[in-house]
Amino acid sequence: MSVALVTGASRGIGLATAHRLAEQGHDLVLHGHGETGVAEAASTLAGKFGVSVHHAAGDIADPATSKALVRLAFENFKRLDALVVNAGTHAAGMLGMTADATVDRLFAVNAAGAAHTLQNAVRLLARAENPAVVLTASITGTHGVAGQAVYAASKAAVIGLTKAAAKELGPRGIRVNAVAPGFIATDMLDTLDEAGRQERIADTALGRLGTAGDVADVIAFLLSDQARFVTGQVIGVDGGLVL
Amino acid sequence: MSELQKLRDAFRSALDLPADAPVDDLRYQDNEKWDSLAHMSLVAAIEDEFSVMIDTDDVINMSSFTEAVRILGKYGVDVK
Repeated sequence: MSVALVTGASRGIGLATAHRLAEQGHDLVLHGHGETGVAEAASTLAGKFGVSVHHAAGDIADPATSKALVRLAFENFKRLDALVVNAGTHAAGMLGMTADATVDRLFAVNAAGAAHTLQNAVRLLARAENPAVVLTASITGTHGVAGQAVYAASKAAVIGLTKAAAKELGPRGIRVNAVAPGFIATDMLDTLDEAGRQERIADTALGRLGTAGDVADVIAFLLSDQARFVTGQVIGVDGGLVL
Repeated sequence: MSELQKLRDAFRSALDLPADAPVDDLRYQDNEKWDSLAHMSLVAAIEDEFSVMIDTDDVINMSSFTEAVRILGKYGVDVK
């Protein structure tokens, strides 16, 4: 038996990852910001794949949310083998044109939320035989992109968290990696206008936006035994996007 | 085995102390074996033994055997 916890699992990359992990036979603890979406995802995956799926909803910026998720894993499975720190929020805005509240929210969800989730899960993860963590960063965090400076900074924080955690947790047997998606066709791209989308496609060597499944496959690989000697890496899943 | 004895054994095991070592007065800053890594092992041992999940704030505050007894009380474990 293997148990995976996925945050931001009601849609997009998180949902695709939960789907892939359920397909592989993982029991799941799923998180969503709102109850309806994650409850539906949990019910669908449990029905389709016959795995045990528990879920909880809440704001991942609040440490109480990730504590409750880890407690769900502990109470129902007494273990946690895989953690996908995926919950995030996106907002574009030029410097000098980004509201204070937007700055705060991007960091609260993307950076602090990721730190809370990892920190709250680490002791339960440490009990597993081959535990692994994957965090969802972004190509904006590795390369930067005009018009998304604050989002990029919040995702750069995820990369720092990944690299430091890999060093700190490696001796305890926990691998920690990140994926850095390019432009993926999810709801988060709704904040870009059509001209912006076309521009990004033109900048992508493979000539299309990525899919959530493209990213989920890499996350599943990083969590698997096939990646047993990989830690502290940030894997681009961007179709050759040039920023 | 009493809850008190279980907690004493968890401390001895995690801090690599002899089976008969007195631990009831143990405090974090007084014992060289009780470093940050040993602290994580100690918390894991306590969680395993009593089947509880201890919050991060309580992990940080667990600075003595006496404090561990108090914190376990918050999780419904009556150590005596």
